[in-house]
Amino acid sequence: MNGKDVTFLEDTFKKFYFEHFDLLHVPDDPNQREFGYQRFNGGMNRHISLKSDKELHLLLMQNKPSDVYCSNARYMFPNLPMSEKDWQNAELIFDIDAKDLRKEHPKNNTLIKCSECNEISELGESCPKCNSTKLLFTTLTCDDCIKSTKDEVLKLNKILIDDLGINEENIKIFFSGNEGFHIYVHKSEYENVGSRERAELSDYIMFRGGIPETFGFRKFNTNKSSLPKFDDVGWNGRLAKHLFQTKSNRSKISQQILSGGYALFQKKLEDFRDSIGIKIDPNVTQDIHRIFRLPGSINSKSGLTKIFVEDLKKFDPYTDACFIDDEEIEVAANCPIEFSLKKKKFGPFKNEQVSVPKFAAVYMMCKGIASSV
Amino acid sequence: MIAIFKLSWYTIVMVNLGNDEIVKYPFLTEAGKYLNDLGFSLEQFGTDPDLKKIVDNAFERIITSSEGRIFKSDPSSNNSALPLEIFSFLIAVILLKLSGMNTLIRRFSLAEARRAEKFLEKDLMNHQDITKAKLSLQILQELFSVTVEKIDEEFTILVSDYLKHSINFHEREWKLINRKVTNGKVHLTPHETVRLVRKELDRHIYTKINSSSTPEMIIGFETYVDKLKQLAKKFEVKTVESKEFPPCIKHAIEVLEKGENLPHSGRFLLATFLLNKGQTVEQIAPLFKNAPDYNPKVTIYQLNQLSGISGTTEYKSPSCEKVKSQNLCFPVPACDTIINPLQFGRKRV
Repeated sequence: MNGKDVTFLEDTFKKFYFEHFDLLHVPDDPNQREFGYQRFNGGMNRHISLKSDKELHLLLMQNKPSDVYCSNARYMFPNLPMSEKDWQNAELIFDIDAKDLRKEHPKNNTLIKCSECNEISELGESCPKCNSTKLLFTTLTCDDCIKSTKDEVLKLNKILIDDLGINEENIKIFFSGNEGFHIYVHKSEYENVGSRERAELSDYIMFRGGIPETFGFRKFNTNKSSLPKFDDVGWNGRLAKHLFQTKSNRSKISQQILSGGYALFQKKLEDFRDSIGIKIDPNVTQDIHRIFRLPGSINSKSGLTKIFVEDLKKFDPYTDACFIDDEEIEVAANCPIEFSLKKKKFGPFKNEQVSVPKFAAVYMMCKGIASSV
Repeated sequence: MIAIFKLSWYTIVMVNLGNDEIVKYPFLTEAGKYLNDLGFSLEQFGTDPDLKKIVDNAFERIITSSEGRIFKSDPSSNNSALPLEIFSFLIAVILLKLSGMNTLIRRFSLAEARRAEKFLEKDLMNHQDITKAKLSLQILQELFSVTVEKIDEEFTILVSDYLKHSINFHEREWKLINRKVTNGKVHLTPHETVRLVRKELDRHIYTKINSSSTPEMIIGFETYVDKLKQLAKKFEVKTVESKEFPPCIKHAIEVLEKGENLPHSGRFLLATFLLNKGQTVEQIAPLFKNAPDYNPKVTIYQLNQLSGISGTTEYKSPSCEKVKSQNLCFPVPACDTIINPLQFGRKRV
């Protein structure tokens, strides 16, 4: 990013923080958390300890960060190097991101950047200018992506409550600031479990590693009655609903499953991961030393804010998480596809100088498709 | 009718163990104290011909365990004033300590854990004698911090407790997905409940033996100890290693060579694998040249971090389980017997 863009974004972010201190708070037990931040074009500064909202606000004003982070873990000595921090516990966090849900890039919402010649163009298999296949994909605002991500969050919540016994009040959903959601579980017995245990929880939620015996299909002497039933709890019940659709189908489909044999059923179970497993990012859940984007802070990948979601169904990230003002700004934009923010459509812009509200300018600059003039 | 036994915390439950219980769970005793209380000294076992049978028994108990078998209980042998099985356990521990053969201690601990497991399971299901059922629940609670609730014929434990133990198993049946899970609890049969803590039971016995002090050589024990030292040599393992990379590493290299994007977890796997195999940061860095987001400075920085040159930790190559969960595993038959990619191609000779 060039120096002029950096200065513009730093000033814009700083103004946002100054005007929205009410959105930015240190979490519970702040003196046990590790904080970190990045600056535009800079590396990560972490192992920072902050004790109050005031110290956090000071950091934002002094350092003009592009991104701000805080650990879900609590440590005895959060500002020491990792091996000396003395890990105590960590909230359980799940990340559901639109990029992990889609099988292919949404055609109308994705642009490609060529790693060889830097050309930006509409979605394609190779660079239209130099034919290189070394491409970076960037997705712009996509309502369908957000809709499917929300559905996934709701499915996750149900498993957390019904299977894992988590109190609904302790589940908090945050929009990540780009194209996903972070689901925090507070005050649960899972806070004390380590990384390997969290990996197991991830596998459970993602429906990974199931064996036919779990679902009543033994190598020998299996009959229809042992296969999953509609009213079963946990994955057996969910699998039954997926397999049979209606109760009346159970007998017929069960017979087909039995005729297919053990190996085929095992293979099907693996395939069901894609259809019924929840698409969380397992690396996020099992990393107990990670620092997460701080709620209330801006995501420099988009200029949108990571924000608490009160009502998931009604939530529209492209309006509710877009806090930058609408002062008109001139930028040089190279955005071959349309995007939409605060219910307004922008683009396509073909390497042209345009006047857009600041929130749209920031969005494009963060996506690397516009520069200050 | 639902009967729930929920246990409160007892400070030292084991104090009042009767001989019946000590026979089943001899590792709960303090060996030296137990012998003293009964008026015996260790030296007597080396010299008193009447006690030779006990030392023979102890030796036999170690041999049995070294062969992977479980020492069989003979209840009638414990009715006398000299409970043979308790003594044979305690003397076996002394013989093991004198031999100093870790491989035998490991085999002995595991066999004793499996033996105790059988009793625990039986006691858990004991409907006639509620105190026996309670004691087994208490052992689970106090030694392994597992609170077990009994609901009819089923047992349930908290998912978080279950996970702390189940992660030690590699068999797929122990994965949480293969368990009945509801409302934060995992449902288990009595056999599974006890099996869940086998490794910890093994570790408990192993640690207890290892942390006990080694006595001076006892006259009359020398021949037994020499035989144990000879026996341990049988279990020394020599291995050879092929130079071939496992399929997950080959795949990671292929992806990079094609200039496609290898996810962070794949890069971590490749880098830690090669570092652990002894390659240097300079040898590894060029592999990432073709990545669409290649940045030489960042690559070197991250490799230095992983190798421990810059940070304090030298990162280990992730386990096969983790690689599998990251969709980076492409197993071949030779992968069946390994749990970490680093073990690929290693063979015993």
